[in-house]
Amino acid sequence: MKYEIVIGLEIHIQAKTKSKMFCRCDAKYFNAAPNSHVCPVCLGLPGALPVPNKKAIEQCIRLSLALGCNINMFSKFDRKNYFYPDLPKAYQISQYDLPFGYEGNVNIDLSGSREKQIRITRVHMEEDTGKSIHSETKTLLDFNKSGVPLVEVVTEPDFSDVKEVLSFAKRLKQIVKYIGVSDADMEKGQMRFELNMSLRKTGETSLPKYKVEVKNIGSISVLEKVITYEYNRQQEILEKGEIPVQETRGLRDLSGVTYSQRVKEEANDYRYFPEPDIPPIIYTEKEIQELRQTLGELPSEKKARYINDYGVDAALAETLTATKAKAEWFEKAIEGVEDKEVIVAVGKWFVGEVVALMKASKSKLSQLKIQPKQLVALVQLLKSSKISAPSAKQVVVAMFESGIDPETYIRENGLEMVNDESAIQAVVEKVVASNPKVVADMQKNPNAYKFLIGQAMKELQGKANPQQVDKLILARLTSGSN
Amino acid sequence: MNTKYQTIESLHKELIARSFTAVELLNSYLENVDARESELNCFVSQTREQALEAATKVDSMIESGREISLVGGIPAALKDNFNWIGTKTTASSKILDNYVSPYNATVTQRLLDANAVFVGKTNMDAFAHGSSTETSDYGVTANPYNTQRVSGGSSGGSAAAVAANMSVYAIGSETAGSVRGPAAWCGLYGFAPTYGRNSRYGVVAMGSSLDRPGVLANCVEDCALVTDIIAGKDSHDATTIPVEKVEYRKALSADHTGLKIGIPKQFLDERIDPQVSARVREMLAEYEKLGATLVDIDLLDPKYAVAVYTIVCRSEVSSNLARIDGIRYGHVSEKKAESVLDQIAYNRGEGFGNEAKQRSMTGAYALSAGYYDAYYKKAQKVRTLIIQDFANAFKQVDVIIGPTMPTVAPEQGVTKNNPLFGELADMLTESSALAGLPCISVPVGVNNENLPIGMQIFGPQFAEQLVLDTAYIYQTRIAK
Ligand SMILES: [Zn+2]
Repeated sequence: MKYEIVIGLEIHIQAKTKSKMFCRCDAKYFNAAPNSHVCPVCLGLPGALPVPNKKAIEQCIRLSLALGCNINMFSKFDRKNYFYPDLPKAYQISQYDLPFGYEGNVNIDLSGSREKQIRITRVHMEEDTGKSIHSETKTLLDFNKSGVPLVEVVTEPDFSDVKEVLSFAKRLKQIVKYIGVSDADMEKGQMRFELNMSLRKTGETSLPKYKVEVKNIGSISVLEKVITYEYNRQQEILEKGEIPVQETRGLRDLSGVTYSQRVKEEANDYRYFPEPDIPPIIYTEKEIQELRQTLGELPSEKKARYINDYGVDAALAETLTATKAKAEWFEKAIEGVEDKEVIVAVGKWFVGEVVALMKASKSKLSQLKIQPKQLVALVQLLKSSKISAPSAKQVVVAMFESGIDPETYIRENGLEMVNDESAIQAVVEKVVASNPKVVADMQKNPNAYKFLIGQAMKELQGKANPQQVDKLILARLTSGSN
Repeated sequence: MNTKYQTIESLHKELIARSFTAVELLNSYLENVDARESELNCFVSQTREQALEAATKVDSMIESGREISLVGGIPAALKDNFNWIGTKTTASSKILDNYVSPYNATVTQRLLDANAVFVGKTNMDAFAHGSSTETSDYGVTANPYNTQRVSGGSSGGSAAAVAANMSVYAIGSETAGSVRGPAAWCGLYGFAPTYGRNSRYGVVAMGSSLDRPGVLANCVEDCALVTDIIAGKDSHDATTIPVEKVEYRKALSADHTGLKIGIPKQFLDERIDPQVSARVREMLAEYEKLGATLVDIDLLDPKYAVAVYTIVCRSEVSSNLARIDGIRYGHVSEKKAESVLDQIAYNRGEGFGNEAKQRSMTGAYALSAGYYDAYYKKAQKVRTLIIQDFANAFKQVDVIIGPTMPTVAPEQGVTKNNPLFGELADMLTESSALAGLPCISVPVGVNNENLPIGMQIFGPQFAEQLVLDTAYIYQTRIAK
């Protein structure tokens, strides 16, 4: 490839709070009647004043900490001034030079279990705007969203391909959900991306002379499409020996196709200045420490612990820690279990069977009938050869469907493993006797006998250990007929 | 009924004693409104219906033996930049001509809760931009002492209403000298406590870091008493001082021995009208006779305060007024606009008066990229120096006294061709406003043309009691 991508991201995340950022209106506006969650403050009426929501600030600081940022102990809000109908005060309360968090970093996974560090420039707090709803003849305004708290994460231009961007986006979403800063539900617009992208010749290290901004990208899949589209568009221009225009581009639909919205030269001067209605926000080391303690174990920390303490491999650890709910289910199951082999097996059965069944039936983890400890019981029955692996799959389906105890189901359905060697031996004799041709083939093909294992297992209704059957058949054949 | 110079407390006692009813009291003040309003133009809107309802309620409360607050049933006036549900809140600008507020300012709410009776919303300089009410879109408020003169501003309507006995007291607001100035020119007491003591919630913002509601009244007791009701922490204003309740009236004392009074020489130099400075010197001599020590002090020249105030305030104004865009409320232009931004420009261009436009533009300029450091940031640095300057002064003295305004009330028309009239007239009040100091203007008599002279007293932040007490010494032992 002749050109290399240079990308920086800005991500807006709606913080999960009861009330809006600067007033007491209900912040949960999804599906609410237009302009039903409004008050003098979020409508920008004359004389109304903002009072900052402490909980929202704490969410911003918590995310800053989770992203490894330093915290400005002395911070403040600033006004970003511009006119737009859905911006009721004609300024957005944001943070200019003293964001709550700055200089952090996040590790993302690349293929081949490689990792890359993405630098976080800053994490700051601001308020959302209202919503303009355009029709052909008029524009309607809904201020329910006005003043909803937003946490904005800004990265350094550290991404050099689309996979890194997607990996970061997923990782950030995971962290945000883990620590409860937001539900990050993209369909509800709770997480939105802004892309800063340019291309440089492969091998060059300095930043390109231009930057294209694409705003309001509402999902990770559209983000991917936009990057591909922009790559082609910018490459075409560069191929002609020209430099793409420094501009802001928008999206008309979900196809990823961008169009020119505003050329930088006519960009707004936002006339930032400190918000005089809100005194500076001051935190102590102790308060920050207390906030840090509320984070709990972060996904990367959990993953490392699963690998180190339980001997789970990286891929399984990644899947088990993908969501906090999954990890919690797994941890509830293995609580008090010492045997690492059992722990790993529980992880595999959980991810391989339970989660697969869950996906197939579109049910949620919180609605599961199978209980964590029941899965452990099943794994232990398997390990102590009380049940065969094929039977266990049948049992887990039953457990998933009804929540039945594995012991009960096994007993009721006669799935106990046949551990009586003489009983197995009898079946082996019968199978050998009724398949003389296979026995004869053994001369040419030593593996021909494998067919007999299947036959014997069938005869035993799968309730025997296949290895044991294998051993007995092989012993019977090599010892000749007697 | 004689309404001349009755204090709130004496009227309250008579209401309780049923010497007259609240409705009768209201009517006697409304007679004064009828008699002089056409000549003075104190009100943007009169609220007789609401006043009658409130007074009737107070009467029934008294009848049923219920306790009423000191301001209950006492006729008052509210500056037109205070939101009051169901009334027009225009801030004397035509751009808000039809704006009816859906919510109450905290000050309004606290007074309504105390059964205040508001006779009307008073005229002011549009958006409080000025010291004359000449920038009002509803005409100038004439000075009750001489109707050829201005009443001062921006709370000129409030001052004239009290001076003409149309209300017992009035609520005003001050950004530099908008309470003190008109009080001085209309012969009243005008008190503004420390910045953050009175909530700004629901007061149409001018300069957010400077604005503070205040009281205009005929005596110190009334200023203290009304402040006791309106002051205190407000969960709707993040800049309020975290003290729930104040009680200045009960603690009022004219018995301060060894009071050290600072006299800044910059406040009494050749820039001040000689009659004004002479009168203030006489009053200072009276304090001295009562045992106070007069200390000459050196403060930063007021010219710095004028510059800093002009930049800081106009910058904040440019941002605060931007919300009035005609989209959700305010004037809507009939002109056909090509774009929504053009529509906003037409709405604002037609709706705002010249003063608001000029202040918005200069403020936006001071905040612009490339100019911010040279203007706004530098102004904030000098503001810090002014605050330090006062802190140093208050190491030597308890309070500082000087003239409130450099002159007496000027002739109407004074602001024509004088685009900085407001800021220059307020030159002696801007430094204390920038430092958020509690201050009061007291009426110290008249000049040879029978025009009132005001003398201001200010103290360190949170020293409201000392400032009020110093004024109380004047009222009870000097003015008598
Ligand atoms: Zn609201």
